[in-house]
Amino acid sequence: MAKTVKALVIAGNGTNCEREVAVACRLAGSACDIVHIAELLTGRTRLDDYHFLNLAGGFLDGDDLGSAKAGANRLKEASVRDTTDSLADQLQRFIADGKLVMGVCNGFQLMTKMGLLPALDGDYTTQTVTLTHNDSGRFEDRWTYLAIDPESPCIYTRGLEETLYLPVRHGEGKFYTDKSTLDAIQARHLAPLAYADASGEPTTAYPSNPNGSISAVAGLCDASGRLFGLMPHPEAYLHRTHHPRWTREPGLPEEGMGLWLYRNAVDFIRQELL
Amino acid sequence: RATQEIRERSGQDDICLSVFKDNAGVIRFTDDWSIVFKVETHNSPSALDPYGGALTGIVGVNRDAFGTGLGARLIFNTDVFCFASPFYDKPLPPRLLHPRRIFEGVVEGVEHGGNKSGIPTVNGSIVFDERFAGKPLVYCGTGSIMPREINGRPCHEKQAQIGDRIIMVGGRIGKDGIHGATFSSEELHAGSPVTAVQIGDPITQKRMFDFLLIARDRGLYNAITDNGAGGLSSSVGEMAEDTGGFEMHLDRAPLKYSGLQPWEILISEAQERMTVAVPPEKREVFLTLAAEMDVEATDLGRFTDSGYYHCLYEGETVTWLPMDFLHDGVPQLRIPARWVPPQLSEPELPAPDIAQTLKQLLGRLNICSKECVVRRYDHEVQAGTVVKPLTGVVNDGPSDAAVVRPLLDRFEGVVTAHGICPRYSDLDTYHMTANAIDEALRNYVAVGGKITHVAGLDNFCWCDPVQSEMTPDGDYKAAQLVRSNQALYDYCLAFGVPLISGKDSMKNDYQIGATKISIPPTLLFSVIGRIDDVRLAITMDAKRAGDLIYLLGRTEDERGGSEYYALHGERGAKVPKVDAQRALARYRALNTAQQQGLIASCHDLSDGGLAVALAETAFAGGLGLDISLADMDAPDDLDDAARLFSESASRLLVTVQPDERERFEDLFAGQSCRCLGTVVAAPQLHITGTQGERLAEVGIDDLKAAWQAPLKEM
Repeated sequence: MAKTVKALVIAGNGTNCEREVAVACRLAGSACDIVHIAELLTGRTRLDDYHFLNLAGGFLDGDDLGSAKAGANRLKEASVRDTTDSLADQLQRFIADGKLVMGVCNGFQLMTKMGLLPALDGDYTTQTVTLTHNDSGRFEDRWTYLAIDPESPCIYTRGLEETLYLPVRHGEGKFYTDKSTLDAIQARHLAPLAYADASGEPTTAYPSNPNGSISAVAGLCDASGRLFGLMPHPEAYLHRTHHPRWTREPGLPEEGMGLWLYRNAVDFIRQELL
Repeated sequence: RATQEIRERSGQDDICLSVFKDNAGVIRFTDDWSIVFKVETHNSPSALDPYGGALTGIVGVNRDAFGTGLGARLIFNTDVFCFASPFYDKPLPPRLLHPRRIFEGVVEGVEHGGNKSGIPTVNGSIVFDERFAGKPLVYCGTGSIMPREINGRPCHEKQAQIGDRIIMVGGRIGKDGIHGATFSSEELHAGSPVTAVQIGDPITQKRMFDFLLIARDRGLYNAITDNGAGGLSSSVGEMAEDTGGFEMHLDRAPLKYSGLQPWEILISEAQERMTVAVPPEKREVFLTLAAEMDVEATDLGRFTDSGYYHCLYEGETVTWLPMDFLHDGVPQLRIPARWVPPQLSEPELPAPDIAQTLKQLLGRLNICSKECVVRRYDHEVQAGTVVKPLTGVVNDGPSDAAVVRPLLDRFEGVVTAHGICPRYSDLDTYHMTANAIDEALRNYVAVGGKITHVAGLDNFCWCDPVQSEMTPDGDYKAAQLVRSNQALYDYCLAFGVPLISGKDSMKNDYQIGATKISIPPTLLFSVIGRIDDVRLAITMDAKRAGDLIYLLGRTEDERGGSEYYALHGERGAKVPKVDAQRALARYRALNTAQQQGLIASCHDLSDGGLAVALAETAFAGGLGLDISLADMDAPDDLDDAARLFSESASRLLVTVQPDERERFEDLFAGQSCRCLGTVVAAPQLHITGTQGERLAEVGIDDLKAAWQAPLKEM
């Protein structure tokens, strides 16, 4: 019997998309556990037992110090009961083992604030970019078109040619960084997704670019392409009826576009890690 | 009473599981799942502190929907607000906040409360009337889902056992919210305390819910209820009815800061707290799990059969009251009422310019786009929202109702909708109520909700109905309340809709000095029900050029209380009347047509009548409509303006593919169902009058711009 791809979604302290992320992983062919952070901090569950770590959307600790800021500190500093092997140690080992990490929305904010993305020189602990308040100054829920950079090393977008269509639902999604970091990201194709207009052209114009992200950056990966974060919600488009116009577009496939990203991840693990 | 009669009549088909006894009502959803719905108001707090009041409104009703039975997972929120115009430019009486500040604060409060709790806000509306300057209305609703059974016990039932520990879970107790329940039962006056408004923290509450769902599934407690109005004094007191007494040590309760008196600990309405009854042998497991999940849980005492409400502080008894005094001790209030129909007359208005009038109506606050608010709410977290609040070719048309798929591995859906029409109260609250019920049901069926599987919730917001020096028209206001309740009984029975929960708020007045502002009597009627397969849900946008446009339901001269009259500063006399028998037959036939896939779009007619429904259907679909008023089902002498702007109840605008014409018309044989015209590719609304003349020829972009303009910059 073929070995099973094992995914986990960390829940708790304000996450709220863990259930649909788990559904996405399972539809993509992986086993998936929703694991409360308490299970990791008591040592009853360990990251080492999984291949695919999902950081779901939500409002970690209410985002009260800026999106995911308190959550990032918690993950970096938290110790695990009865061991010196901290959660941060487990995570660095997870990355070094070539396993996959995907953060969506608040999970993406968490990854950037922990320094996991874009991790330009293989440094997975220093923050170099941020996601800050939308130019509109408010939380918005709207569907966006996303152009894919075909030259990106990103595992998740590999082989995808169509413009994606996914919802954003955030108040702090504006990607921002300094010029040299941005140049490096672009030179190495570490921004696999860009907000685009309906024709698929990347844009900085509102509302196609819903938050004012510079260079229309909607997602980032590391140089290995295994760590990936994005503001739009792929787990929100798994089925035809998630599409906002499913009642008027009869040709829509049964399966939603968001599932493609999870399927790429699970297929990669099956080929490379099992 | 209506609920009981309907339940008896339904027999085996009775959908109700728990009504009017728990924190929220419970109905059947599928064979193995039940759904729960509760709507609350949070008016007085929102008047004083719009952000805090509204935030607490939503996180508070979340606890009600969660703490029903043994606990239920939250799946959607709904919000309905009643405000004065945000562009109000007259002097404000003392202590009133400007309606714009209330609007912005309330919207932000509900945004933070709903979004941070990870619950999609799927349905709502905003109603405007100058009198809501005196007191804004903030209705917050929450739906939730629970298994029919859990660990072999029905999940919608709970019972604390003698000897169970009283454990308080969640946030700590502070001085916040002391007197919340009492001040909000008074009119707004100069001494109304802002500190009575609690500020909720959705994340503390989210942590608590995450923990409690696990504890529920492991069978760690026997009963649960929320600490809302009255705090521990109510929650523990209510649960102790099961056993006949309790003993609680107030000094053990965790406090935000020291210095609280025992009575303050007992009645504080500090937020995000639930009380659970935990069997003594499960106490340690429960407390350990809570600690691991970073949730504070404290053992305060035990449930007893002593017959006494017994609180202690540092070992000394501070309350010792017989339980039966508390629960049966309130004498029934008798309020005199006298109904004198108001003197009303129909205005004489010149024949209007139809296109111009339509644009003006679309720009009225009660009709215009609320996209600025809807976008700020996460309406699709949990990935279940199948009919979203905004729909159409560019995702900006106004949906009639919401469809949610709560279980992602199956296709049954929950449908929720509401009706609210306080403008009709000035004519007759009986018909206001009938119209609110009908509006909720027609919105519900428009998207595909099953008319045979739906339950209702009534939330009354009234002005003080007790005759006094300050309220010289109390008898009339009380009679308005009586008439409203009569209609509630008559129409729920006629439609076969059981009521499962409700609430009233009776002092929605402002009184400082000589100035008194009373809100118009307002009933929010909310419904929850089921669609068998969400893939058959219908949205309101026109779909294809060539489709036929049908109007279901007869149009009468019923412009009394309409937006059309309001546009001209008139009230009129002929309020829409609901014929429940005809409406019910129509809704049933529509359900059949939906199940057979015959319906391309369906939109309810409400504020602004046919003209507004036509415009919305057209611009949401990005298509034109070409229709004639000549063949409408209406009195022969009804003029074009009345045909377009009358607000007769129970009507729906439907588009149908030409191939399905015969099957569709057969289903409505013998009913009021007329083809008015066709959907066209040219983006214009063409309306031909009864005499064959062209009444309007107007671009849908112009109509949409007029509809989007008023609140765009909010």
